[in-house]
Amino acid sequence: MLRALTFLLGLAAAAASAQDGEWRMPAKDYASLRYSELAEIDASNASKLREVWNFTTGVQAGHEAAPLAAAGLLYVVTPYPNHVFALDFSGKVVWKFDPKTKPSSQGVACCDVVNRGMFYEGGRLYFNTLDGQAIALDAKSGKELWRTKLANIDVGETITMAPFVAKGKVLVGNSGGELGVRGWLVALDAKSGKELWRAYSTGPDKDVLIGRRFKPHYSGDQGKDLGVKSWPGEAWKIGGGTVWGWISYDPQTNLVFYGTGNPGPWNPEQRPGDNKWTAGIFARDLDSGEARWFYQFSPHDEHDYDAVNENLLLELDVRGVKRKVLVRPERNGYVYVMDRATGEVLSATPYVHITTSLGVDLTSGRLIYNPKTQPKVGTTVRNICPASPGAKDWQPSAYSPRTGLLYIPHQNLCQDTGTYEASYIAGTPYVGADVLMKPGPGGHRGEFTAWDPVAAKKVWALKENFPVWSGALVTAGDVVFFGTMDGFFKAVDANSGKLLWQFKTSSGIIGQPIAFRGANGKQHVAVLSGVGGWAGVTVSQEVDTRDGTVGLGFANAMRDLPKYTVKGGMLHVFALP
Amino acid sequence: MFSRCLSLLLVCGSAMAADLRVCAEPDNLPFSHENQSGFENRIAQLLSAELDARLIYEWQPQRRGFVRKTLGSDLCDAWMGVPAGFERVMTTKPYYRSTYVFVYGKRPLQSFDSPDLAAMRIGVQLPGNDGAATPAGYALAAKGAVQNVRGYPIYGEQPAAERIVEAIARGELDAGVVWGPAAGFFARTKHLDVAPARAPAELASMPFEFAIAIGVKRGNNQLRDRLDAAIARRKSDIDAVLDEYAVPRVP
Repeated sequence: MLRALTFLLGLAAAAASAQDGEWRMPAKDYASLRYSELAEIDASNASKLREVWNFTTGVQAGHEAAPLAAAGLLYVVTPYPNHVFALDFSGKVVWKFDPKTKPSSQGVACCDVVNRGMFYEGGRLYFNTLDGQAIALDAKSGKELWRTKLANIDVGETITMAPFVAKGKVLVGNSGGELGVRGWLVALDAKSGKELWRAYSTGPDKDVLIGRRFKPHYSGDQGKDLGVKSWPGEAWKIGGGTVWGWISYDPQTNLVFYGTGNPGPWNPEQRPGDNKWTAGIFARDLDSGEARWFYQFSPHDEHDYDAVNENLLLELDVRGVKRKVLVRPERNGYVYVMDRATGEVLSATPYVHITTSLGVDLTSGRLIYNPKTQPKVGTTVRNICPASPGAKDWQPSAYSPRTGLLYIPHQNLCQDTGTYEASYIAGTPYVGADVLMKPGPGGHRGEFTAWDPVAAKKVWALKENFPVWSGALVTAGDVVFFGTMDGFFKAVDANSGKLLWQFKTSSGIIGQPIAFRGANGKQHVAVLSGVGGWAGVTVSQEVDTRDGTVGLGFANAMRDLPKYTVKGGMLHVFALP
Repeated sequence: MFSRCLSLLLVCGSAMAADLRVCAEPDNLPFSHENQSGFENRIAQLLSAELDARLIYEWQPQRRGFVRKTLGSDLCDAWMGVPAGFERVMTTKPYYRSTYVFVYGKRPLQSFDSPDLAAMRIGVQLPGNDGAATPAGYALAAKGAVQNVRGYPIYGEQPAAERIVEAIARGELDAGVVWGPAAGFFARTKHLDVAPARAPAELASMPFEFAIAIGVKRGNNQLRDRLDAAIARRKSDIDAVLDEYAVPRVP
């Protein structure tokens, strides 16, 4: 309890009480804690959990979404074809919606045809389709209220992220950074779907919505039109920086926080410069979209370290002073604790084995790259750690104000880039890096880490055979839930990491678990199984593992996954007897 | 047995015509088009006639995962025009060999060692895969030509090569370094010159030439052998089609 008092949770707790027992957005709250205040399930009884029902989605690709629980119903969105189901608390289908997503969008998406979830707000459900549309539904009836086409699949754009809704605005960004897409985030009017503002991740200040109020903390981010000047020629026009991850919102300052993807689609030698504003984080005014600050986690990224991970808004004691911070377990391998108002990095501490960089210079804010592991044409570079999916990819962590710990699902992968091999697409032979991913130190490919962001140290960690590609959930019962790619849904003690219970699902889990008050007002826990995603393409897309470089190099590290699991989406709902 | 004849090409006698199911892009000239005006369509026609097979098209964009989604899901028997030795499939003997070429307008560009290289506005195709580039992309970077290089993503309204050639013709680019078959075809219509691109000394091992073959599903040796024989028999006809489309070839 002392810890709980020390680590005060400000706005999130206030927001949470209003929706007690519901789960309206993938991250549960604007602060992105993925913390449920429900406490019926605890360390003393979690072993008695059982599946009360399940529901097959009929879709085979990777299921990364969080189900939602609101207004007495559960809602599920599937990967392509992006079917939406409303289910009652007994598992009966109340309505189904088919957005008729274009089949051709499947050939455009880079890493399986995933969808990361929906957003419930004011009796409406908001979600995005792989072929680039944002759609609003009436949550009771499933009737379509509006749809807005945002992304153009013909130029390689798709949408995989969950929308974020606050103050009558729906925020949506694009995917497709590998394909010469220019990243953006748009705000739509929640009532009509009309576009209110659009902020690009590259290009002149006016396109990036950088104006007088933009006050980045570090000098490297200050200057006019850096989104043009930090690129050669016109490379910014196709420079990536797509927005396909998570958004947080601080109502007190009216700021939204989100990350931008890696620069692309060039070979890194062809795009000298910091390549702003890719691989970093923006703080923007929700109403106008104006940028207030930016910080670049990976300037001139050479390792595919998209910076789209979740941003947890906390109040923490930092060197004896209570501060409003943003905590970000980043793909480049560091947990960043940043000042939420200014973007100043207060600490950046490795949570995995890192060889690509030597640390973060807190004076300049810059990541210090290790020259020995920078990829170079024609040379073999071994033991690049973390591998391209990063220390942690999209899979979101959770934070408990009771334990003061951050629960991080992540990878333990390194890679070798070998001689360059010939490949071929759309009539054009090209030469790609021959990337082979492999387990990092210890030989296991995944880990689930409990991290103390104040002490900046690991408290406990669980080794997993496969990358932990599911989201995390922590509850007021001090139980942490996550799933594994070989198909175990696990409950562990939030303080010790001790395994309390596990349930075998037929397909592996890459979805985001939630807790809600279900039938009879009892606490329930739900998660989608259905392996896939970038990590799971060896199963969901049946890629040929004889060529380890397919799946953008991931297949090599996942050759044995098909021995453990099969594909197929299913919603599982658990409760105590 | 009858259905077996249909699915496995030419296991039955020639009296019973079999199907040759070819996967091809619906809109990627000069290679293929759903109106069958591409040179790969023409060559597929020649070969199917030689094999006494009925030519059937499965139109699929040749995008990410195209092998898995087509040959891999048994939608077709063959993909025309993949690089010989392409790992995802089994390939026939090559039916032509081409090279990356310089395409240029008034100001000639014929070598990566040209002193004008860094100052010229040069277009290249971008394949769309993190960190991957065409050989031309690597060569330009190795020579320090980055400021004036413009990338044309493969995904887009028209073929990237066509957009590059049109930009040269309009004077927006000085030159392009483009895969030969597409460069030759589009440059001819705009009366631009082409010259083979050779690897600069810094990247001596970088391949600029690729032998092109037909891809069949791994393990379908019978079809591969029959296609090999047909390619050999119709060599001069194939060459005539390639000439007609101005495909630059190297020995």
